[in-house]
Amino acid sequence: MYAFDFVRPKTVAEAVKALAAEDAQALGGGQTLIPTLKQRLAAPAVLVSLSGIAEMSGVSLSGGTLTIGGGTPHATVAKEARAAYPALAALAGGIGDPAVRSRGTIGGSLANNDPSACYPAAVLGSGATIVTDRREIAADDYFQGMFATALEPGEIITAVRFPVPEKAHYEKFAQPASRFALVGVFVARTGQGARVAVTGASADGVFRWAEAEKALSGGFSAAALAGLAPPTGDMISDLHGSAEYRAHLVKVLTGRAVAAA
Amino acid sequence: MPKDGIGAPMKRREDLRFLAGDGRYTDDINLHGQAYVWFLRSDVAHGRITRLDTAAAAAMPGVLRVITAEDFAHAGGMITAWQVTNRDGTPQAEPKHPILAEGKVRHIGEPIAGVVAETLEQARDAAEAIELEIEELPAVVDMAAALAPGAPKLHEDIDSNLCFDWGFVDDNKAKVDAAFESAHHVTTLELVNNRCVANAMEPRAAIGLYDRPMDHYTLYTTSQNPHVIRLVMGTFTLQIPEHKLRVVAPDVGGGFGSKIYNYNEECFVTHAAKLVGRPVKWTATRSEAFISDAQGRDHVTKIQLALDKDGMFLAFRTETMANLGAYLRLFATVTPTYLHGPAAGGPYRTPVAHVHVKGVFTNTVPVDAYRGAGRPEGSYQLERVVDKAAREMGIDQAEIRRRNFVKPEEFPYQTPMAVVYDSGNYHATLDKLLELSDYAGFAKRRAESEARGKLRGFGFSTWVEASGLAPSRLIGALGARAGLYESATVRVNPTGGISVLTGTHSHGQGHETVFAQIVADKLGIDAGLVDIVHGDSDKTPFGMGTYGSRSAAVGGSAIAKATDKIIAKAKKIAAHLLEASDADIEVADGKFTVAGTDKAVDWATICLTAYVPHNYPMETLEPGLEETAFYDPANFVYPAGAYGCEVEVDPDTGAVTVMRFVAADDFGVVLNPVVVAGQQHGGIAQGISQALLEHTVYDESGQLVSGSLMDYAILRAGDVPGFTVDHSCVTRCEHNPLGVKGCGEAGAIGAPPAVVNAVVDALQAGGYGIKDIDMPLTPSRVWAAMHEG
Repeated sequence: MYAFDFVRPKTVAEAVKALAAEDAQALGGGQTLIPTLKQRLAAPAVLVSLSGIAEMSGVSLSGGTLTIGGGTPHATVAKEARAAYPALAALAGGIGDPAVRSRGTIGGSLANNDPSACYPAAVLGSGATIVTDRREIAADDYFQGMFATALEPGEIITAVRFPVPEKAHYEKFAQPASRFALVGVFVARTGQGARVAVTGASADGVFRWAEAEKALSGGFSAAALAGLAPPTGDMISDLHGSAEYRAHLVKVLTGRAVAAA
Repeated sequence: MPKDGIGAPMKRREDLRFLAGDGRYTDDINLHGQAYVWFLRSDVAHGRITRLDTAAAAAMPGVLRVITAEDFAHAGGMITAWQVTNRDGTPQAEPKHPILAEGKVRHIGEPIAGVVAETLEQARDAAEAIELEIEELPAVVDMAAALAPGAPKLHEDIDSNLCFDWGFVDDNKAKVDAAFESAHHVTTLELVNNRCVANAMEPRAAIGLYDRPMDHYTLYTTSQNPHVIRLVMGTFTLQIPEHKLRVVAPDVGGGFGSKIYNYNEECFVTHAAKLVGRPVKWTATRSEAFISDAQGRDHVTKIQLALDKDGMFLAFRTETMANLGAYLRLFATVTPTYLHGPAAGGPYRTPVAHVHVKGVFTNTVPVDAYRGAGRPEGSYQLERVVDKAAREMGIDQAEIRRRNFVKPEEFPYQTPMAVVYDSGNYHATLDKLLELSDYAGFAKRRAESEARGKLRGFGFSTWVEASGLAPSRLIGALGARAGLYESATVRVNPTGGISVLTGTHSHGQGHETVFAQIVADKLGIDAGLVDIVHGDSDKTPFGMGTYGSRSAAVGGSAIAKATDKIIAKAKKIAAHLLEASDADIEVADGKFTVAGTDKAVDWATICLTAYVPHNYPMETLEPGLEETAFYDPANFVYPAGAYGCEVEVDPDTGAVTVMRFVAADDFGVVLNPVVVAGQQHGGIAQGISQALLEHTVYDESGQLVSGSLMDYAILRAGDVPGFTVDHSCVTRCEHNPLGVKGCGEAGAIGAPPAVVNAVVDALQAGGYGIKDIDMPLTPSRVWAAMHEG
């Protein structure tokens, strides 16, 4: 990697200030950024580590809302969210491997918005709210395409608030090499109807499958999906699967997720 | 027998240091004053270098020297070890393989320059400052396209992209074609044997050291064969005679063939150490490994099998294109030819056969031997076409094999592929497989899977390989430029401990354990008295290294021969001490006894007497107790096995799950059952990995699409069930002193067709008429095959 300065603020305010420097880059768990730096594909002047900020870490339940600090590692979510939101805990426990889960954070994953990451499906599928150092962003407004989000330069995800649904499940079909989602589908039954969020499949990143949501809102069962055609849209086609295959998997996995929810 | 003799399940002694993190690998070695090299590599697959200006890079902080092809003007290219003769009698094409690109680049990752600097980061920074311009040329990746008229040509000094056009056995050709004319049934199959990246856990590394006062070089390197590197790199490429070059291969973390060859980077650091007057170190990144380690397989084949009305094989023939990549490495031309053809007939008594292989240059990373080397390609094509023929003719998969096997009483068996199988019992291993796999209960298990909505299949693979490389006289007649004997020195110390110096090299095989067992068994002493020394050309006698399942069969035999010489001399010493004739001395449990008496001397007394020869037959015997033997095998060895794989296919996703895998092998005499089981497990895992996951993909421009572990999938432990492995069916090798065959490559040879045949079986049982399906059987490929109509 190229040389850079490293700062490790203790508070969100200090972090915001540090990120105002020219060519500063926030560092969450580093599971994407560190390999990128090692490949010399990025050259930030300053790395601002968010892992030492106590106010950004932890899992708490209040009323029907589960709040997860932006700097909380996946392993912590897998353990501490299990009782309150088992579908989310299971999703977190299925990301990467133990080393990845110990370092990677929810805020880092969402800020990066990899089109094959798991967390975006949970956030969009739950209708969660992204809390930053300066505002709150609804999940439906947050994801803006592959590696693109509503975040402004220097904006930090401090927490994510999940309204806990009545039922939910995440079904992931792993890409054989990376074990990212070749396709992942998060389904939730909420008081306002069903939500279905799909990751891994689309070149536009995570998306809601509207036709499936409509069908499931009429009756939350796998049978309700039977007549649906697989979703269309800009499906990814690569050496791990064609666009047609990914679209097919979306339907299969949605049915399985509903059955398992 | 001592408790740790031949056949004892002794735990691998080397694992104590490996598992504790105490292994000493090349990258663990740091020399005083060491500098580092970073290579500037081509990022295009085919192009002409129009500008290479290193002045700015040379002026960067910490840079000692920027080295380009001009600095190797005195050196030759890297050589290939075998001359294959074309069907028309002309020799193979052998374009130069330069250490650094000479005016042209021919594959992604080809090194163009190396920057040597005080630190690795400085070297890398400076490499980015090299001013390089490449005029890109059209690339050829596909073999058919490379052979088409007007295709872009890689090498200006040869006529086309064809390296060789080889037929085996050409004298059979007319008889084969006649057999097809009169056959009751012909089965035809076109298939691809997918290209693999070896991905040894330890990336390659090399450190060059030059001792100016002594004019002597040392190379520390990740090699399977340090003496071979010393010979081919020193003598043929860098023009350094053997006595001026020491090559050390310390602990090596896996090779699978990819660490046989003399590589550009080894040549570079050796010469660079002299140019800069400092040791020079290089350690590959995983990314570099993907574009610089020799890759494996990559055959496109059409195979046809002719059968009579009873399903007896009459003949088979193949048409293969073998991708060699851009340049020839050491075993590049022998792998798809003489390591492929001789055992391509498998365990069957097919009367005639013909194998036709064209070696093709493409703008891809060079291809060479990879675990099994030519024999996996042979067993894959044959076992798949046998499977298909059985389906077409409605014959049970076990039955068609049994009907065609060489019979136990027919050994030694002269095959139509020029070799003689010395021993075997293919019926026994098949019976063992059927028993261990509960083949009779398969229908019930299939019904149970179907009740869960899954398709279940059982796939067979019955294979034989020619390994234990190799009888020198035979391979010499076939074009080899080297002999393939092995050496051993058994050095007995004055107080009885023994150092065995072997020319083979252990990079995971467990030689330190198993070779000690051979010596301990013969002398009747504790294996703890025996240490194995390998991997250093200054310490060990000249030997050819480890590959081709040769270490036990050839290297172990050399150790046995050297130990026999030790025993012969020790008997003379004992006879002197006991005032008897050496012909009357017997060895057992570390004691040398006059037959039929209780007169005996122990091992310690003999050793001490040899080195403190006060009471010694000086007139007839030299002091000391050290013997060297070279062993050249009379024939290949022919391990064989019967494998059964049981899979479930999820029809909704195409996902394949291996439910059971059973291997019944005949490896001849088993020296250590736990080490053999470990080799079976590893080979099977690697074979399943090729069958289900591994896929090396270049795009049309020659860029490597699967260039990292994010896209190149390798089997993980959780992907497979526990294997059932058996090696209780033993037929002794008839021509080596230990009776051993070989087990290192077995799983990688036998497993892939078993997996693919199982998936085909599952899909056909589910009503999907699969015409073609090629490895790797990824979920998307299986699903696509099910829905191609």
